[in-house]
Amino acid sequence: MENLSTIERILAAKQSLPGALLPILHDIQDALGYIPPDAVPSIARALNLSRAEVHGVITYYHYFRQTPPGRHVVRVCRAEACQSVGCEALATHVQSALACEFHATSADGDLTLEAVYCLGHCAVGPNIQIDETTLHARMTPEKFDRLLAELRSKP
Amino acid sequence: MSTTFYIPCDSTALALGADAVARSIVTESAQRQLDVTIVRNGSRGLFWLEPMIEVVTPRGRIAYGPVAATDIPSLLDAGLLTGGAHALCLGPVEDIPYLKRQQRISLRRVGVTDPLSVEDYLAHGGTLGLHRALGMTEVEIVKEVTDSGLRGRGGAAFPTGIKWNTVLNASALQKYIVCNADEGDSGTFSDRMLMEGDPFQLIEGMAIAALAVGATQGYIYVRSEYPHAIAALNAAVIKATQNGWLGDSLLGTGKRFHLEVRKAAGAYVCGEETALLESLEGRRGIVRAKPPLPAISGLFGQPTVINNVITFASVPDILAQGAAAYQSFGSGRSRGTLPFQLTGNIKQGGLVEVPFGLTLRELLYDFGGGSLSGRPLRAVQVGGPLGAYMPESQFDTVLDYEAFAAVNAVLGHGGIVAFDDTVDMLKQARYAMEFCAIESCGKCTPCRIGSTRGVEVIDRLKADRPGQIELLRDLCDTLQNGSLCAMGSMTPYPVLSALNHFPEDFSRRQT
Repeated sequence: MENLSTIERILAAKQSLPGALLPILHDIQDALGYIPPDAVPSIARALNLSRAEVHGVITYYHYFRQTPPGRHVVRVCRAEACQSVGCEALATHVQSALACEFHATSADGDLTLEAVYCLGHCAVGPNIQIDETTLHARMTPEKFDRLLAELRSKP
Repeated sequence: MSTTFYIPCDSTALALGADAVARSIVTESAQRQLDVTIVRNGSRGLFWLEPMIEVVTPRGRIAYGPVAATDIPSLLDAGLLTGGAHALCLGPVEDIPYLKRQQRISLRRVGVTDPLSVEDYLAHGGTLGLHRALGMTEVEIVKEVTDSGLRGRGGAAFPTGIKWNTVLNASALQKYIVCNADEGDSGTFSDRMLMEGDPFQLIEGMAIAALAVGATQGYIYVRSEYPHAIAALNAAVIKATQNGWLGDSLLGTGKRFHLEVRKAAGAYVCGEETALLESLEGRRGIVRAKPPLPAISGLFGQPTVINNVITFASVPDILAQGAAAYQSFGSGRSRGTLPFQLTGNIKQGGLVEVPFGLTLRELLYDFGGGSLSGRPLRAVQVGGPLGAYMPESQFDTVLDYEAFAAVNAVLGHGGIVAFDDTVDMLKQARYAMEFCAIESCGKCTPCRIGSTRGVEVIDRLKADRPGQIELLRDLCDTLQNGSLCAMGSMTPYPVLSALNHFPEDFSRRQT
């Protein structure tokens, strides 16, 4: 199992950090795109925790996911500052454009749609984030459609 | 001779296309055989003008904005390299009124320097505070911070010096410095701008805090929604260590302070200090009961200074310039400056660092220029998702902690979200409850259950069921007085302020 060797490598590197669980979970998600259920026993063993404790932490935090995401992750900010400039209309449009709800992946597996409560660009909303570091401000339904076509045309 | 351009690497500027602008300048000037040097600075915080580029000329730094990549050829034609006239030219950057009217202390280097340049940092007064602190006793450093009147900038406004003194007087083998960089409030970005635009200042402030209380290990807990800030901090920690601002011997004095950046994972409640500490320890971010205070029993049960980014970032200047200089700014018991963040439906959104004492109206209209949509401003939420919605009749409230408390509002972290007259305040009140329901850590019943009941009551109110307003008030009273932390106890601020100041959005459904 390629995943398991990745997980063992991460555990070996991080397990002795004080408060190691979140750094470990981040590294696993960064490497694999999600935290596979079969990682939980290994993590629990390495940190001398119960599997329930590890599961509890993974499921508590919005950022961690337990299933593989689509090829791209689209995060739409739905917090107050973006609400004041129409993010709810944008959110409705994005859901219909992807034909999926928030916290779900489009049927073709291309895009996972997530809501986020503030990306910190509140003077130029509505804001969205594609994958981990690409940001787009002043998003409109028209701009989103262009962006989507671009994302889908890339291999 | 090479001409120097400043193009922001701030993530808001990136979201508006700053990288494409930088690429266009490189390719266009190469084609024209022009010799240019590009420095990526932080943002000045004039976000409606981003991407704002600056060119260094004998007349100083001349700004242009908002610049699109496609504007570069015409800008170069107009003599961009010498600060030539163009429709996008804003003149010398320091003379732009929005900037000129500010008093930048904690963000004074942001937008001016290359965030990761050690030379820039030193040339603009960096490490002066640390140098002075290294020559002082622990008690003297704490006294300086206490005398400055600095209060926690995360929102609760607790006097920083008193907190540090508690940690100083606690005896333990290990003490910690923790920076709360979980800036989750909508309408705030001053922490992000500082971390991306001047990370060394935060590091220096934390190092001074470590000297003040005798701590040797620190953590910066940054939200996962801020990948650019995390990258900047990680790079800055490495450079700071190489330069002896962190590590086993601070500036060669033998005093030790190590710092590590930790990534959060999207739980809003982890902005609450005890939940943050739980998260740092590797657990679910569940709020702890206080006492004991984190200053007595914090991270891993040890005495811990936990402060917000801007609080730590204010400290180097307080040490360098002295407490009296900082104390001389402000209003009433609110001393110094606060970086306000003008956001939402506002024409000139951005960062405004000013001393306490201006009015909300001055910020909204003199700086902000009114609404972005051109419609009247109807409600302004100050202090994040747990802050009150303020109507036009309260716009003359003076921006200081006590004046806001007097009108049942909170200044919080200085985030200001403007809404025009299309806003439905019942919907905003419902959102506040819904947000609390999603983000509640679940430890205390009023917050965990009350928030869900709140959504239901507001839905019934919307459906014209009688008696719901009374129920909603009663529920808010329970939340406010029975919750363990600010998540539950402050959710009533947006709900009740919406109800009290905008009854027409509720009552037409009740009569």
